[in-house]
Amino acid sequence: MEKVRPQWGHQRQFVLACISYAVGLGNVWRFPYLCQLYGGGSFLVPYLIMLFVEGMPLLYMELAVGQRMRQGSIGAWRTISPYLSGVGIASVVVSFFGTIYYNVINAWSFWYLFHSFQDPLPWSVCPLNGNHTGYEEECEKASSTQYFWYRKTLNISPSIQETGGLQWEPALCLILAWLMVYLCILRGTESTGKVVYFTALLPYCVLIIYLIRGLTLHGATNGLMYMFTPKIEQLANPKTWVNAATQIFFSLGLGFGSLIAFASYNEPSSNCQKHAITVSLINSSTSIFASIVTFSIYGFKATFNYESCLNKVILLLTNSFDLEDGSVTASNLEQVKDYLASTDPSRYSEVFPLIKNCSLESELDTAVQGTGLAFIVYTEAIKNMEVSQLWSVLYFFMLLVLGIGSMLGNTAAILTPLTDSKLITSHLPKEAISGLLCLISCAVGLVFTMEAGNYWFDIFNEYAATLSLLLIVLVETIALCYVYGLRRFENELQAMTGRALNWYWKAMWACVSPLLIIGLLLFYLSDYILTGTLQYQAWDATQGQLVTKDYPAYALAVIGLLVASSTMCIPLVALGIFIMHRYKRGDTAPVA
Amino acid sequence: MLWLLFFLVTVIHAELCQPDAENAFKVRLSIRRALGDKAYVWDTNEESLFRAMVAFSMRKVPNRETTEISHVLLCNVTQRVSFWFVVTDPSKNHTLPAVEVQSAIRMNRNRINNVFFLNDQTLEFLEIPSTIAPPMDPPVPIWIIIFGVIFCIVIVAITLLVLSGIRQRRRKNKGSSEVDDAEEKCENTITIENGIPCDPLDLKGGHINDVFVTEDERLTPL
Repeated sequence: MEKVRPQWGHQRQFVLACISYAVGLGNVWRFPYLCQLYGGGSFLVPYLIMLFVEGMPLLYMELAVGQRMRQGSIGAWRTISPYLSGVGIASVVVSFFGTIYYNVINAWSFWYLFHSFQDPLPWSVCPLNGNHTGYEEECEKASSTQYFWYRKTLNISPSIQETGGLQWEPALCLILAWLMVYLCILRGTESTGKVVYFTALLPYCVLIIYLIRGLTLHGATNGLMYMFTPKIEQLANPKTWVNAATQIFFSLGLGFGSLIAFASYNEPSSNCQKHAITVSLINSSTSIFASIVTFSIYGFKATFNYESCLNKVILLLTNSFDLEDGSVTASNLEQVKDYLASTDPSRYSEVFPLIKNCSLESELDTAVQGTGLAFIVYTEAIKNMEVSQLWSVLYFFMLLVLGIGSMLGNTAAILTPLTDSKLITSHLPKEAISGLLCLISCAVGLVFTMEAGNYWFDIFNEYAATLSLLLIVLVETIALCYVYGLRRFENELQAMTGRALNWYWKAMWACVSPLLIIGLLLFYLSDYILTGTLQYQAWDATQGQLVTKDYPAYALAVIGLLVASSTMCIPLVALGIFIMHRYKRGDTAPVA
Repeated sequence: MLWLLFFLVTVIHAELCQPDAENAFKVRLSIRRALGDKAYVWDTNEESLFRAMVAFSMRKVPNRETTEISHVLLCNVTQRVSFWFVVTDPSKNHTLPAVEVQSAIRMNRNRINNVFFLNDQTLEFLEIPSTIAPPMDPPVPIWIIIFGVIFCIVIVAITLLVLSGIRQRRRKNKGSSEVDDAEEKCENTITIENGIPCDPLDLKGGHINDVFVTEDERLTPL
């Protein structure tokens, strides 16, 4: 007896759910960084090529599998081949790691959002030191935004070994973030389907507002020109292509099982080809759109810093040589410097070491990604805008909505296989299962709110999903094409949707995409092996900047465990089922 | 004779007020940076206003109520605008200790700034650190208030959803248990094909359709 499977209220909800899941923080804080690093406008070439060759086919494949099998990742891959249920289990394990660490970002977004309602913004001023004669030393050495992030938000310890205690403020924010996620997934697709209207559409509203504001900022054009001037020579760099492929891969969220889960709630006849193309195109164009916004903000910040630097130099010269106030400006600075060097060489040579060489290029060159971009660079730009509280609230609200949208996908990847299993649903209602998942993830996630929590966060961010996902998707593609049979799947798809499978998809699934993924895997493995020991960036409070340190042995062990626990599922489960089958076959006597 | 006295006085004055002299302070003004187009020119009138403000600050110090404007000496005025000043005692022979001058200026810093339309950064007394006003610290941090509000809203929403879910399930269970009582335990499923719900199979009892007669009864038994 089949229980009716919950469905999306409307096709639109499914598309919006996929968009909300795929368009996440990576579009905002990773793509602009890659664009800047690998040649600006010319990075779009490998990016778009990889989109058509790798992103769209693999996305279509996952959606088609989910829609055909109408089960979560474990059930779907078990249907394809019982030996491959390990693939589904690996997806669930990776999704579990993902949910644990990803929601910490939402906690930080909450923290910044709540602090945006103050005047002045707390990260725009340094706190005073003990006797009120100056500012805190750490804040002076670093900047006020860095101080607020590293000291007030994270209260970071100098190294990963010094774990420190639990910080109650981020812990509270994490609990709130999990309650928010629970509220959204409580009723399954019924509630998720309504929430995704909000989580998918609101970031676009905020991005448009920011685009208008960003383009009108002073110095925005500097950033935009810097970003979009193509550096063609970067196309010859293999890293450019590898990073383009990786970015497309992870940006679409392939391999987690979320897409399979979402598609499993679809009507069998829905046109998943159209949806796949739509979602991947929207995802990539959002990345490009977000990078326009980011670069106009970069340009503003760089110009602001450049002009402050110039003003400091002007002040220094004016004070040392007692020149008339206002006589030295940015335009005649060089002439004044030459004049002073010639007329008063002794005093000039004293002052010369203190004069910083202000360069707009070097300000724009500071490429930042990840939490550093979102919480340090952006806040620095925001604090210099007028009505900074409004911009700050908008921005962090957008980050929050993007993060929760992705969390919905992550949790769906875990909950769908759990609710598919009759064993669990017979004992617990689905609200209790979701609640239990949120509770466990929250409890484990409290690790990231300790003083060394951000270092563990970086470990999870870098290593929990990268290699495992590549392997999972590779096995998925090979399983679908060669174990299940591409022709068989093609016939089933045609029977289901009524449309024939285009030769392009067949070619991509059968040869190009697996080869690409193998190439990526080889590249990453060789990269890890060649670098030798793994290192991380630790915050040094005495110097006010990041320093590179080596991971201790137990951290390396955790990294190894993270990668192994998901990738080993595939062979181990296959082996286990093989042994079970042999055991069963050996038991039953052959019928004469 | 008078000429000699005048010479002596200026020499003593010159000695008292010199750059890096004992108890002398350097002042630096950035009028154009602060006021832009509305900047005023620094002339001797402004200088005497400055001397008056310093004298005013010193008069507020106990034991120094007799400080006059003439006791404040300015020297080395540059184009920057910057100059040095000292405050002498009534005898005009030696300067007042730096500590007293420093504390007097610190206490009246705001008034001096306001007179010249400047602030701590544009009217600098080098070596007199300004007391930075601490940022306003509300008794309850604002973020906790907002956190509390959102937290309560979310908890209420979750409770409502969970309760309504429980109520729905109880209603469904009651509905299905009424039908269950009439039959044996088998689930009532509604299969939906092409969007049209089919009637569940009537398992209570079969109805024989007389149109379809079995083969056996048609043929005559052998």
